[in-house]
Amino acid sequence: MIELVSSDRCIGCNVCVRVCPTNVFDMKDKIAVIARKEDCQTCFMCEAYCPVDALYVAPQADWSVEVDEAELIASGILGSWREEIGWGQRSGDTMAERDTTPFFEVFTEQYRGK
Amino acid sequence: MSQQNKKLTVDVLVLGGGPAGAWAAWSAASKGAKVVLADKGYVGTSGATAPGGTTLLVIPPIAELREQAVQSRLKAGGYLSENAWIHRVLDQVEVNLEQVEHWGYPFPKDEDGQSLRTHLHGPQYMQIMRKVVLKAGVKIWDQSPALELLHDEHGVGGARGINRLTGEKWEVKANAVVMATGGCAFLSKGLGCNVLTGEGLLMSAEVGADMSGMEFSRQYAPSFAEGSVTRGRMLAWATLYDAEGQPLLKGDRTFGGIPELMLKGPVYASMDLADTEEKREFLRRAHPIFFMPLERSGIDPFKEKFPLTLRYEGTMRGTGGLRLIDHDCSTTVAGLYAAGDAASREKVTGAISGGGAYNASWAMCSGSWAGEGAAQYAQSQPKQADGRNLVAAGHHGMPAGSASSAPLEVKPLVSAIQREILPLHINYFRSEPIISASLDRLNALKAYIDRQAPATVQGIVQSREAAAMLTVGRWMYTAALARKESRGLQKMVEYPELDPRQTYRLIVSGVDHIGISTESVPHAHELDVRKEGRAV
Repeated sequence: MIELVSSDRCIGCNVCVRVCPTNVFDMKDKIAVIARKEDCQTCFMCEAYCPVDALYVAPQADWSVEVDEAELIASGILGSWREEIGWGQRSGDTMAERDTTPFFEVFTEQYRGK
Repeated sequence: MSQQNKKLTVDVLVLGGGPAGAWAAWSAASKGAKVVLADKGYVGTSGATAPGGTTLLVIPPIAELREQAVQSRLKAGGYLSENAWIHRVLDQVEVNLEQVEHWGYPFPKDEDGQSLRTHLHGPQYMQIMRKVVLKAGVKIWDQSPALELLHDEHGVGGARGINRLTGEKWEVKANAVVMATGGCAFLSKGLGCNVLTGEGLLMSAEVGADMSGMEFSRQYAPSFAEGSVTRGRMLAWATLYDAEGQPLLKGDRTFGGIPELMLKGPVYASMDLADTEEKREFLRRAHPIFFMPLERSGIDPFKEKFPLTLRYEGTMRGTGGLRLIDHDCSTTVAGLYAAGDAASREKVTGAISGGGAYNASWAMCSGSWAGEGAAQYAQSQPKQADGRNLVAAGHHGMPAGSASSAPLEVKPLVSAIQREILPLHINYFRSEPIISASLDRLNALKAYIDRQAPATVQGIVQSREAAAMLTVGRWMYTAALARKESRGLQKMVEYPELDPRQTYRLIVSGVDHIGISTESVPHAHELDVRKEGRAV
């Protein structure tokens, strides 16, 4: 579930409010807040769209976990999903350009059998 | 909450902005129709495709290859599919995928430089779809769930809904409506699926549309137990273990045995069959969304074991939905079209799941056909929809249907519905006494839907979602009890075998009282009773 909106990073652009498929965010005092965490579906889309990597979605879908912003920054996790999709600042190619799925069946058959 | 209303009249209103809705809107606009596309969430992030991706059914235009695929589907799908529809999808999807490449999707290429258009990563695909839909002149209304359809004696004429961000009510009048709201996955938290709560099916039924194939709804997908990502095909590279660390299964390509294994105790997986860096790198690049949540949890999925759960996939990877009656994806209600998972996919998948390829190609193709059909129909009408005497049809889980002044508490109601629908011991291991007792309990919950929902945006939207999930659940179990056999996704412990005499579709209709009837299928006579009489 969504666990972090970094108030240091959030620029109040409203993108997460607009793009969240399950309407989890509200704007309060010009920054985004997690208003309805229980409605979060753990789809990671807000992270992918956040232009300043202010959001962190923990993988746990059914319960909340503690997160530490400094640790997430230090480990490079904050913003890593946007980077991996290819929408980040440093991104060279996109996830789609690196995609090996079209070869998945052949590859799997070759090594794993039918 | 703002009380002002946003009103508009167009030719075609598309409800739902996943792939099917996006294709429908683009196709209708490309035929010159004025189009509004309203989505509960955001066109680009909403639906089952956007967060992950989608593998496509694509078969080269070689007659033998295609005929082989069609025949094998016919058999696997219990003879409920239609060869002509599969051929149509195989033709159409090539056209659509070429279009997607032309719009900028970077398909990988083979050694000869041929594009391999067999998989789409969701974020980039749906970002492109949003762009081209806007470019085609479609008005996109994000965060704007539809709540009810408008209709008159000539059929459907638009919808009403609410903007979740502003609380503003909206009304779009349109001579044709494309229902592309997806399946119903009962808030089971499969990746991207919590927007799929079945309102589109409920509102269509309220104007008289039929559902078909609702019994084919026994589909669960393996996922990391803590997470949301359902990518079962990756388990082809996993060993499954029990709690003591004893191997149970290795590299199962169908992962069909997991529910049975889970009855005995917790099941763990490790992707330890990928035993070289090359293999690990290949898999990591194929489905990053599978690995990322595990890595964030501090698990090395190639070396360590992680617990599995099964997330229920409802009618999304089940097969039932709105019954289509013609090539243009029209329904039995004039002006109402259906596409993607909101439509029954029996014509192409038969009685089995369309998951893992068929559904994705179906979404594109049915979206295109429904959009074109809707545009043509709307443009041939003698007058614009605002000249019609339209009334709103919404009833269940809405103020118009409320018969009691008692407050409706949505979350406990949703939990009560989920208790009947999600458990494997009810819905997967189906038996007559268990399903009928569960259906009785669901029917008893109908009284709660008639209570007063909170007048907040969430209250208004979520009470309608709850009403829809309850209705879809009742349709599923009603149909399950009516199909006294096992065929494809439908299995009943009392009837372990396929009964050739039941080679028909089951049609359910109505909300208060559910009616059930059968529809014949064109290939029923091809089922060789002597060979297939035992079980498929």
